[in-house]
Amino acid sequence: MADRVHIAIVGSGPAGLSAAGRAAALKIPHVLIEKTDHLSDTIYKYQKGKHVMATPSSLVLRSDLDFDAGKREAILGTWDEQAAAAGVNVLYKAEVAKIEGEKGNFTLTLRSGDKLEAEAVILAIGTQGNPNLMRCPGADLPHVQYQLDDPGEYVDEHITVIGTGDAGIENALGLAADPAQRNVVTILNRGADFARSKPANVKLLQEAAAAGRITIRTETTPAEVRPGELLLDTRDGQETIPCDRIIARMGSAAPRAFVEACGIEFTSADREAFPVLSPVFETTKPGIHVIGALAGYPLIKHCMNQGYDVVEFLNGNTNLKPADEPILAEKFAPLPGKRSVDEWLAMFGSQIEIFRDLSSLQMRELMLDSSVRSFRKDEVVFQRGEPGSSLFCIAQGSVAVEVNPVDASITVPIEQGSIFGEVGLISGRPRGSTVRAAQDAVLVELSRTAALKLIATVPAAGRAVSRISIERQLLQIFGSGLTREDVADLVAGAEIQNKRAGEVVLAEGDEGQDVYIIRRGSMVVEKQIGGRPVFLSYVPAGSYVGEMALIDKAPRSATVKAAIRSEVIRLPGEAFAALLARKPELLAKAKGEMDRRREINSFIEGRKDSFSGAVDLYSQTAQFLIDNGLGEATDVLLIDEALCVGCDNCEKACADSHDGLSRLNREAGKTYAHLHVPTSCRHCEHPHCMADCPPNAIRRGPDGEVFIDDTCIGCGNCQRNCPYGVIRMDSVPPPRPSLLQWLMFGKGPGPGEPSKKWRKKAADGVESPKKAIKCDMCKGIDGGPSCVRACPTGAAIRVSPEKFLSVASLAQSVEDA
Amino acid sequence: MATRTTRRLERGEHDSFLRHAGFRWLKVALVLCLAAILGYALIDVQPRPNGGSWYGYTLGTIGAGLIVWLSLLGIRKRAITPGNWSLKGWTSAHVYLGLALIVVATLHTGFQLGWNVHTLAYVLMMLVIASGIWGITAYTQLPAALSNNREEQTQGQMMEGLRAVDRQLHDAAQPLDRRLADLVLAALEEDPFDQGAWSRLTGRYPRCANERSLQAIARADGGNEANDRVEKLLIRRKALLERMRRHLRLKALLEVWLFVHVPATIALLAALFAHIISVFYYW
Repeated sequence: MADRVHIAIVGSGPAGLSAAGRAAALKIPHVLIEKTDHLSDTIYKYQKGKHVMATPSSLVLRSDLDFDAGKREAILGTWDEQAAAAGVNVLYKAEVAKIEGEKGNFTLTLRSGDKLEAEAVILAIGTQGNPNLMRCPGADLPHVQYQLDDPGEYVDEHITVIGTGDAGIENALGLAADPAQRNVVTILNRGADFARSKPANVKLLQEAAAAGRITIRTETTPAEVRPGELLLDTRDGQETIPCDRIIARMGSAAPRAFVEACGIEFTSADREAFPVLSPVFETTKPGIHVIGALAGYPLIKHCMNQGYDVVEFLNGNTNLKPADEPILAEKFAPLPGKRSVDEWLAMFGSQIEIFRDLSSLQMRELMLDSSVRSFRKDEVVFQRGEPGSSLFCIAQGSVAVEVNPVDASITVPIEQGSIFGEVGLISGRPRGSTVRAAQDAVLVELSRTAALKLIATVPAAGRAVSRISIERQLLQIFGSGLTREDVADLVAGAEIQNKRAGEVVLAEGDEGQDVYIIRRGSMVVEKQIGGRPVFLSYVPAGSYVGEMALIDKAPRSATVKAAIRSEVIRLPGEAFAALLARKPELLAKAKGEMDRRREINSFIEGRKDSFSGAVDLYSQTAQFLIDNGLGEATDVLLIDEALCVGCDNCEKACADSHDGLSRLNREAGKTYAHLHVPTSCRHCEHPHCMADCPPNAIRRGPDGEVFIDDTCIGCGNCQRNCPYGVIRMDSVPPPRPSLLQWLMFGKGPGPGEPSKKWRKKAADGVESPKKAIKCDMCKGIDGGPSCVRACPTGAAIRVSPEKFLSVASLAQSVEDA
Repeated sequence: MATRTTRRLERGEHDSFLRHAGFRWLKVALVLCLAAILGYALIDVQPRPNGGSWYGYTLGTIGAGLIVWLSLLGIRKRAITPGNWSLKGWTSAHVYLGLALIVVATLHTGFQLGWNVHTLAYVLMMLVIASGIWGITAYTQLPAALSNNREEQTQGQMMEGLRAVDRQLHDAAQPLDRRLADLVLAALEEDPFDQGAWSRLTGRYPRCANERSLQAIARADGGNEANDRVEKLLIRRKALLERMRRHLRLKALLEVWLFVHVPATIALLAALFAHIISVFYYW
């Protein structure tokens, strides 16, 4: 192998492989460095037979390697073949430890100690990271390994697994599974409990330990690796155990540290930030290029196109138009003015404030996830109360916001270059007012994910959005009659604070005059009554707290704490007091609100004397519901177990309304005072599932429902991200005979989800690919959620937290109980 | 009081089938019964009240219509069609209108009962209604007990817990002497829930192999470490079995009335058909 190449490509995933394919086709001396012994490890590690999707379908593939939706095996097979045929020079089992040098003369040092020289480097290492290595003496001995491919390979050995994450536990269980192998398996846990693994795995591990198949050593770390034995640091001192093999599964380090060590800068310190890139994928370290998932493009097609493009650029082809050109051209075609894609991009970049710092690469990517539309004068952009979490930017013209729901003629203008819709983006709540075009306008609509990515990766855009949003939120909350000038002091003194779930924002009895606006998340208000905290109310995003103390000039009358991770805007008390002094109508409004709260307080306090047990139960019930995610829910299914007869008709109805797959598990979930929270989507304000969806298939529908559309690629990210376990991966079962045929002739599996057995038989071997499935609140079905309609006893109810966590309804349910 | 009115408003969405929509169907049923009784008392049918008089036909038609409609609940429950209906509303109507049948159908007979197909239909109907009342009682009394018993576990998780103990017992029983080991293995091999319908409904399992091996091991030598370990596991298994059996018992009690209610309904529909045909045939 040549020691010096023109291009060194690190990582043989779709991006790196495509780059290498292009380099081979152009006969550029190159090397493709792969850490494992096969190409494209991420896809290799997909489960056997997994259907890999090729989205976005509108994007043309530009690569020397073929790729189309299909089975994992077929895709890997094609790539192996084509890479070999093209003469791609692959260096397997090589891991780059560091990259030094300058453009035209880089030295790549491998873990093995070998060195490689290259003029340019393409990093296509993805975002999976590298395993953390053992650091004690002897860690480099050959019997230390970081992966376990086949647990059946080892017999009669003393094996120590280090690390009790899921990987470590699964490895240990695998090694001890067959007693015939006669392995003595020990697993080391640095701590005393198993916080980082799935409860099911921990249970299996503890069972195996109870049965004597595995030894668990807690609060133990390796001190020194020696041939045939291992020295341990335990709580009670050092100890030596026999050990023929060490499997170290101690998690992996994100590749960021490695990338930064190469001299590459990221756009911000945020965890989600990506490297700063030029239009030709060059990083801040000249000569090193970053493509693929690490550059922020997780989809296979994007990756492959970039691999092709970056090698073309390196080869001096500066006229290459990005592969997304036709998509953008189509997107911009209906706009007035007949400009080219580049002209439009330049115009957006110069006109729109939050786009100022964007590179053309970022701009193009942003546009792929966005839509651009022209509006005639007076055309409505969105209506008050409509759900929507996208962000609008005014590229041309201006819009008018109807601030008064009664009188549409009262409007506030928003000028060219500014943004609107940011409240929905930040809080996930429906639109607060109707917006229409004040003159002919061109608007860019950023999807929620695109907007959030922009805010996270471009600091200037983030700052602009937060300044504008604070100002608007103030104007919206405190009502009409206020102008931007009125709140300027407040905006200047405002500070955004993050609050952990349970963190106290205001403590009862404290001095303090500051007012807090809940920007995202929600709060609970509690008061000490008779020595115990009693739940008073639930405060959703978009409300404010703390003004009572300010107006009454008294200590805080109740404790306000975050129900879930929340964001609040702290407004300085003096500035707020000054505003109230200037605006008597605002003061009157605030006082009206306060009277209502006082009424609730006195209601609860009055109850306390006669029903002290009931008030306790009610406080605890409220706390239970908050603990179970109601604080971030917008609509949640609850089951009153005093009424539920366990017929599972809710599950059957759900399956029958959705292709035969149930999206709820009635029995699973927590229960308190007969109020059961089943495993079913809560339609969170800020859905965790939306956080990392490569094709952006998870959206919020017109009734506030969070649903997954047909572009789902079945990657499973949403399932992993959902803290409530309500998303399942499954394939749609084949169609069933009708209900009548089942009733009369017993044909088919009957109502509800068909059994696996029936599905296998009816599918005849051709099962459709697995996709993510979750509750869509029976979107588009007249009559609303089937689970509630199909409950024969009234046990199943759907509630929004504001309504359900109100004093009245909880006191009622407690009295009934 | 202001709070009082808001409480009224909140109630509608979270009511049992018995209180559905402010007892709407109870009211409808009461009106129906009252009207039927008033009609019976005030209309002077000659020579005597009879199913064959015009008033008798009216009550009979209402009754037959109700029976057919009430039996359609079984289809409604399974046909999840779009639209603004709730099964709770249907159940509520089913319960109260079904109870109203006692009055409507009894008045329809004109208290003329005998050994014939007409009375057969009447008796079957009363059997269906009686089993329905049994069902309502079960539905109001048992769900809370079912919920308390399972303590946030699903049936699958309970079974999983049982299997985990089974695996441990299997290993722990290896060092026992042959006789005890055989007893433990017999307990593991037995299906602990399949001892007939009576056991299922009463929760009593007199032939439980787990209990037998527990007693045998308790009688055996106490100081033995392996024996103690197995005994502890058997006691745990007993607790798990008891909970699972209570769960199955409650579920069975919630369903068993349907084994009368549904077949009796089908028999009733057949008898009703025969009753109507014969009435018109012998007009």
